[in-house]
Amino acid sequence: MSDNIVSMRDVVKTYRRGKQTVEVLHHLSLDIAQGEFVALMGPSGSGKTTLLNLIGGLDRPTSGEVTVAGSRLDRMGSGALARWRADHVGFVFQFYNLMPMLNAERNVELPLLLTHLGKARRRQNVAAALQLVGIADRAKHKPAELSGGQAQRVAIARAIVADPALLVCDEPTGDLDRKAAGEVLTLLQQLNREHGKTVVLVTHDPRAAEYAQRQLHLDKGQLVEQAAAAA
Amino acid sequence: MFNQLRAVTAMSLGTLGQRLGASSVIVIGIAGVVAVLVSVLALGVGFRHTLANTGSPDRVIVLRGGSDAELSSNLTRADVDNISDAPGLKHGADGKPVLSPELVTVVNLPKKDTGTDANVTLRGVGLKLLEVRPGIRIVDGRMFRPAVREVIAGAGAARQFRNLTLGSKLHLRNADWTVVGRFTSGGDIHESELLADVDTVASAEQRNGYSSAVALLDSPGDFRKFKDWLTTNPQLKVDVQRETDYYAAQSKQLSKLIDIVGNGVAIIMAIGAMFGALNSMYSAVAARSLEIATLRAIGFSALPVLASVMIEALALSLLGGVLGAALAWLFFNGNSVSTLGAAFAQVVFRLDVSPRLIAAGIVWACTIGALGGLFPALRAVRRPVAEALRTA
Repeated sequence: MSDNIVSMRDVVKTYRRGKQTVEVLHHLSLDIAQGEFVALMGPSGSGKTTLLNLIGGLDRPTSGEVTVAGSRLDRMGSGALARWRADHVGFVFQFYNLMPMLNAERNVELPLLLTHLGKARRRQNVAAALQLVGIADRAKHKPAELSGGQAQRVAIARAIVADPALLVCDEPTGDLDRKAAGEVLTLLQQLNREHGKTVVLVTHDPRAAEYAQRQLHLDKGQLVEQAAAAA
Repeated sequence: MFNQLRAVTAMSLGTLGQRLGASSVIVIGIAGVVAVLVSVLALGVGFRHTLANTGSPDRVIVLRGGSDAELSSNLTRADVDNISDAPGLKHGADGKPVLSPELVTVVNLPKKDTGTDANVTLRGVGLKLLEVRPGIRIVDGRMFRPAVREVIAGAGAARQFRNLTLGSKLHLRNADWTVVGRFTSGGDIHESELLADVDTVASAEQRNGYSSAVALLDSPGDFRKFKDWLTTNPQLKVDVQRETDYYAAQSKQLSKLIDIVGNGVAIIMAIGAMFGALNSMYSAVAARSLEIATLRAIGFSALPVLASVMIEALALSLLGGVLGAALAWLFFNGNSVSTLGAAFAQVVFRLDVSPRLIAAGIVWACTIGALGGLFPALRAVRRPVAEALRTA
């Protein structure tokens, strides 16, 4: 059995823009090993987010095979993909995407509502996740009452609370100052090293990419370079 | 699934305060529709209620054959004598049949609110009035006396028309008539009328016959025997109906018209309100598009998201429906109005905002809300998650 958590073969992704069909990913193949921390870099429009969406099961390829955590995502319908995402992936977005009317712990609890866990167990797991990201003291605060760095920590707690194998992070530091960005990236590194999470990070920032074990560069829908990071 | 639905719905309803303007459009629009619908239909319910209260299954009305209504009917005194001999009629303590020969005519009285003249029924009734119609109660003054120009006024008529206070003089048919009493009769159509001695009315009208004969049967089951005897009697050419059937037929056309107008107005308003609800729900979904996309990315399925949008639309429309029905009840329930009945005379009745009507209004409201919420809900869940996250 392969140690790769992500395996993509000859993947093509096209979009329709008006009457035109635009090919965003061109026959791309990629493997990511279990427990790896990978940074996806490249200029705007290179297909980073499209690739990330395919890995995270948010989208399906036009052709080619996408296997993640042992499941063929290219063969799944949208309902099955939703269930698969709930079981296998945690998402971290650039603008945190927290629910503004819910406090931190209720936000973190959301993925657990898709499980069979009882209320007490959910509360326990939420507390543990908030503790792990170092934001337990802000559990009762709503997103508007948190700084950017704190809000992103809550978002990371939400991403890990259901214990997914894969963390998919789309520019998680794009909205943060350098200090907060460094703290968030260190946290992601810690989750990767100490808790075995596979992390796929999309970033424009070479400094952020340095936290990863491997950097992948995309240009015009193709992987042009793979480099091992210094970290 | 229930956890998902509860969480998404709580979020949806929790942000209502932030979308107060758009939410108010739905609530107020639907409240307007329901208020108008319920008020207009309350006219029909009140009218039907008044006429349905008139009559009893053991009371019969006999008209000349082929007459639709009392105003166009004419029975001779001989006809009434023959009718008195029919089997099945109830007899009083004096051994005579409980029967009232009646003469219906129309007089003009000014309305209290506008001062304009309106037709009011003046009904000449026989001496056995209170036996034939035991529901009649004198609530003020006294009963009219035979052979004297005296009338008693129904409570509805006294509310709606001028000059019907005790002691007032009415100038009818070139003579003065005195109002000597006010009566109730269980909210039926006779409360819209003036009652007087039938022979005095006949004399004033210079008529020698009657409009109808109203009689009480021994039991409702005697109707067939009574009717067959009269309709097979070669000396008579009459139509016989239970009083309940007669007044139901009288109310049919007008109440149908009120229903058509009421529902027609409501349908037109409902279409407008539905577009308002659609617009507001599209805005609501647009305002929450990032939240919806994020929830779906996390793994929430389409159904709870769809259900939450529908629940919000239904909750707002339910609120609008209850508000509209409450306004209709507050401002119109029990209001006394009059309209021209089938006999060309005013029928006074009260608007009846019944529980059934309120339920109908709320069903209308929820239908508008469901249709208004459905399309935005479908749009929210059909949008690809990746696209929704990118463009939210």
